[in-house]
Amino acid sequence: MKRLRSVFLAPTSVILAATLVAPLAIVCVYSFLSRGAYGGVREPLSLENYTRLWDPLYGLIFWRSFWIAGISTAICLVLGFPLAMFIASSGRRKTLYLSLVILPFWTSFLIRIYAWMFLLRDTGLINTALQAMGVIREPLPMLYNDGAVILGLVYGFLPFMVLPLYATLERLDASLIEASADLGARPFETFFRVTLPLCAPGIRAGAILVFVPSLGTYLTSDLLGGSKTILIGNLVQNQFTAARDWPFGAAASLALMIIATALLFAARRSGEELL
Amino acid sequence: MAEDCILELRRVSKAFGAHQAVSNVSLAVPRGAFFSLLGPSGCGKTTTLRLVAGFENPDEGEIWLNGSRLAGPGESLPPYRRNVNTVFQSYALFPHLTVRGNIEFGLRRKRADRIEERLRAVLEQVQLSDKELRRTSQLSGGERQRVALARSLVLEPDVLLLDEPLSALDPQLRKQVRAELKDLQRRVGVTFLFVTHDQEEALSMSDFVAVLNHGAVEQVGPPEEVYRHPATRFVASFLGAMNWIDGVGLRPEALRLSRQAADGSRRAIVTGKTFLGPMVYVEATLESGETCSAQASNGATGFQAGETVHVSWDAADEVRL
Repeated sequence: MKRLRSVFLAPTSVILAATLVAPLAIVCVYSFLSRGAYGGVREPLSLENYTRLWDPLYGLIFWRSFWIAGISTAICLVLGFPLAMFIASSGRRKTLYLSLVILPFWTSFLIRIYAWMFLLRDTGLINTALQAMGVIREPLPMLYNDGAVILGLVYGFLPFMVLPLYATLERLDASLIEASADLGARPFETFFRVTLPLCAPGIRAGAILVFVPSLGTYLTSDLLGGSKTILIGNLVQNQFTAARDWPFGAAASLALMIIATALLFAARRSGEELL
Repeated sequence: MAEDCILELRRVSKAFGAHQAVSNVSLAVPRGAFFSLLGPSGCGKTTTLRLVAGFENPDEGEIWLNGSRLAGPGESLPPYRRNVNTVFQSYALFPHLTVRGNIEFGLRRKRADRIEERLRAVLEQVQLSDKELRRTSQLSGGERQRVALARSLVLEPDVLLLDEPLSALDPQLRKQVRAELKDLQRRVGVTFLFVTHDQEEALSMSDFVAVLNHGAVEQVGPPEEVYRHPATRFVASFLGAMNWIDGVGLRPEALRLSRQAADGSRRAIVTGKTFLGPMVYVEATLESGETCSAQASNGATGFQAGETVHVSWDAADEVRL
């Protein structure tokens, strides 16, 4: 039995070692080296890449990343909870609605973000339509700002909030809700005193699944935020491309990873219950 | 409506799709009574309870509580506006709250005064004073049941609704809790509407039993009356065992077995015995082909399978339906 298990686990272990552990080790080593003249790295070893991260400029980027990821997570929660409640209570149609939630994954994320650009830009569908109807004269600036980035993140990660919330709501004992009403709680009291606290594991799991990838995003912020919105993900990407400062990029991405991992550990208990 | 009735159902019906769960049920529950709804699973007893609690709305009929209408055509008070409380089959204790949190829940929602005092009193009543700060997951089955009771009783409902509250307990505990529950009901004086499928439970605890079958009431009355004078064949068979000989019903304890023939006795062949400790059930087949089961005290009989016996009874014990 035990041997059989290791046989089946072997391919996964090899893939994980080759694609996750090894590159991570390389990034870790790079982050302590110095910048090569034309990209790449060279000796000597130094801590300079990490000390540079304390520069207020980068602090601001980290702060903005956390803020945007936090707002996006909060919006996903507020939008996702009613949706998850609706799906959990829709009987035989559950499967249909769940497939609809997952449906966007069938198309490339990149293409879907381009679709948003097509909708939001000055000559896009929304602005053109509003102008044609005479509602506005000048196009509304809907693209290339923080709002557009948050919109893109919420749009992209909403399913990651809805699915764990749905899983907890689905398992929620309906008689607890009835008991609450029976004991005199009005519907909103039942929601805040019973439903919401009992969904805490799902909320934490969903928040992690939205917050962590939002924190590291670069595609959404690059395409929808334009050059004005630089997040950690864009900073890292820039260091490896335009700036040709691999060690600093490596240090920034490791710093991000450490923070994200710390958050995961903080919510580990709930994660174990659901993930 | 009779003056002393606290709860009344008038021609109440409820269907779920094509399934008629409750049909034309009328019941009058006297104030302070231990009133049981008894019947097999699917007979509509739980739905009746849920209609009173307000978790379901009747399709037809009216429900009156203490002189005011809870539900009627086109209008129905939500559960949180009804002065009845439910002890759920699974107890439905809030797992994120302590014993104290569970019991306080209703008091806080109703913005009651003297919360601390009432909490102390009810904890005392159900003997949980030392478990106040426990999580409900740390409690035994019997303790959980008492928290469920306390949580409802502390609100002083007009009627306490109990949905098979003993079924989650192990059989040993069940008998003990039966007596405790009956005792508690007598002490606090609250009207109990008690749903059960266990006839022994209903007979031993109730002041009144309503026997339900296929969503309709078959008979209502004190346990003794319902047992001795069942109104229908269903009631006769569901409440205790019933033998049918020549079209009349005879309880196992009404049959006498003897090796000597007597006036009017019937010959039968013993087919088997069921030993129940203090008593023995002797199964026999009459010459007519009808089978019967007679209760005999344990020491009295040495009847063996295959033996010929004579079955007799008093005419007064015959149940004619």
